[in-house]
Amino acid sequence: MKNEKIKFRDRLKDISSGLGESLKESTLWGSIFRPGSPFRKGYSDSPRNRSYVVMNNVLYHLHPVKVKRHGVRLSYTLCLGGLSFFTFIVLTITGIWLMFYFRPTEMAYVDIQSLQTSIAFGSLVRNMHRWAAHIMVLVVFLHMSRVFYHGAYKAPREFNWVIGVILLLLTLLLSFTGYLLPWDQLAIWAVTVGGNMAGYTPVFGAQVKFALFAGLEATEATLLRFYVLHVLFFPFIIVIFMAIHFWRVRKDGGISGPL
Amino acid sequence: MEESQVLYRHTMVDIPEHLLLKTAEARAKALGISVEQALAEMRGEAEPTKIEKEPDVIEVTQIEVEVKETPAPAAEVKETPAPAAVVKEAPAPAPEKSNGQVPTEVDFAPETKVTQRLLTVVKAKPIQKPTSEPVDKVNTWPHLMLPEFISLMAMTAFLIFISAILQAPLLEEANPNITPNPAKAPWYFLGLQELLSYWDPQIAGVMIPLLIGVAAFMAIPYIDRNKENKPSKRKYAIMLWTFFLAGAGTLSLIGILFRGPGWNWTYPWIDGVWFDDLLDWVHFE
Repeated sequence: MKNEKIKFRDRLKDISSGLGESLKESTLWGSIFRPGSPFRKGYSDSPRNRSYVVMNNVLYHLHPVKVKRHGVRLSYTLCLGGLSFFTFIVLTITGIWLMFYFRPTEMAYVDIQSLQTSIAFGSLVRNMHRWAAHIMVLVVFLHMSRVFYHGAYKAPREFNWVIGVILLLLTLLLSFTGYLLPWDQLAIWAVTVGGNMAGYTPVFGAQVKFALFAGLEATEATLLRFYVLHVLFFPFIIVIFMAIHFWRVRKDGGISGPL
Repeated sequence: MEESQVLYRHTMVDIPEHLLLKTAEARAKALGISVEQALAEMRGEAEPTKIEKEPDVIEVTQIEVEVKETPAPAAEVKETPAPAAVVKEAPAPAPEKSNGQVPTEVDFAPETKVTQRLLTVVKAKPIQKPTSEPVDKVNTWPHLMLPEFISLMAMTAFLIFISAILQAPLLEEANPNITPNPAKAPWYFLGLQELLSYWDPQIAGVMIPLLIGVAAFMAIPYIDRNKENKPSKRKYAIMLWTFFLAGAGTLSLIGILFRGPGWNWTYPWIDGVWFDDLLDWVHFE
């Protein structure tokens, strides 16, 4: 009896590994994973294949085949740039999910309430979106400080620093426009304080405030304006600047240093 | 011969000094001129010395060295020397024996002939020119992508964890007629809001964020022309940034924790925290 069990198990093992093998040999599998992919049949760890993993991968747009040894150390970058980008991705995913349940009208507050109470994972996703937003502001700023302390803004990387400052501004604007969307007392008064600050702009302060609020004070028109800025306009702009930022990192010779 | 006398002046430009001197010495010796003269000729400052005649290459004919066996003719040598004496003198009198011919020296490299000349010095360099210094590099896969992946997973785990235990604030519905006291901006603007309570809003609310926060930040790489990136060689820059961090951090913390109704000073451990973003954090403890 016991023997038969083992036999059966072995047969199952054979069948499953055989299935895996034939799947890896199939045209479909080979067409999905390009030569050099670790998921392809017959992948072995060699310097040549290590190059192919990156070269034949969509991530080749982001990473070169080889990087400076000191840049790989966690203590050098603390992953801050990568984490900034990653929090942005998390925010995009959770944000798109939240858009299914949110209307930027007088229903906004009700939508948030029902999101928290009657939609599966609604509360979790909203919390993730909010905390990730705070973390992104913090991480982008820490990334900037890291770059400053390493003197990584020096030639030939001057302009990439400028793009980085623009990215920080866009991050703050994204966070600030998102702040209004729950349409509660915290949101409307924080934005009122911020908008009034912008209203002190010399010469055309009143116009700036009017453009920001879509009126003289924070109303539902402001909510719609901030919503469009938050979910379309600023993400669109920030993605363009991120693309330039990442491209320049590589064109300017990869990571700076060593110190 | 005519052609070989031409000096390749144009190729002399890059020749290192010591090699030039050596060549000049050789040339001076070959032509019987002074070293200075030879140097001047090679530099094209003086007319090259013409070599008058072809150096004589003397054919090496028979040289009789074996004197011992050949008996000296009676007419020339009156006394037959003792054998021992003949052996002793053998090398020297040998030429006299060879049919009265005068040439004595075998001139393999006559001093008047230039046998070697330095045409040019080719600098040692590789065929492929490296444009930059070699850098110690590692493969992106797995040395960068793996740690990156792990840090992304850690961040995701951290986010899900704090989202599960900390509830994002949601107060009463927005009401433009009820102003909360105090009304606070998002935390990253609270440093500015704190400044606003000291200075004119045009300065603290607009000029400082625009001029310092945007223009000055962007101008940093164009102002700091120090090329060093070692912290020990850019103490001033590091000090400035650290002061900025400390200042911004202090102002923000004051704005977040120590300001209550009417923007009056409060202590969070006595009066509580007026910062709604932290609402659930405070409840959580």
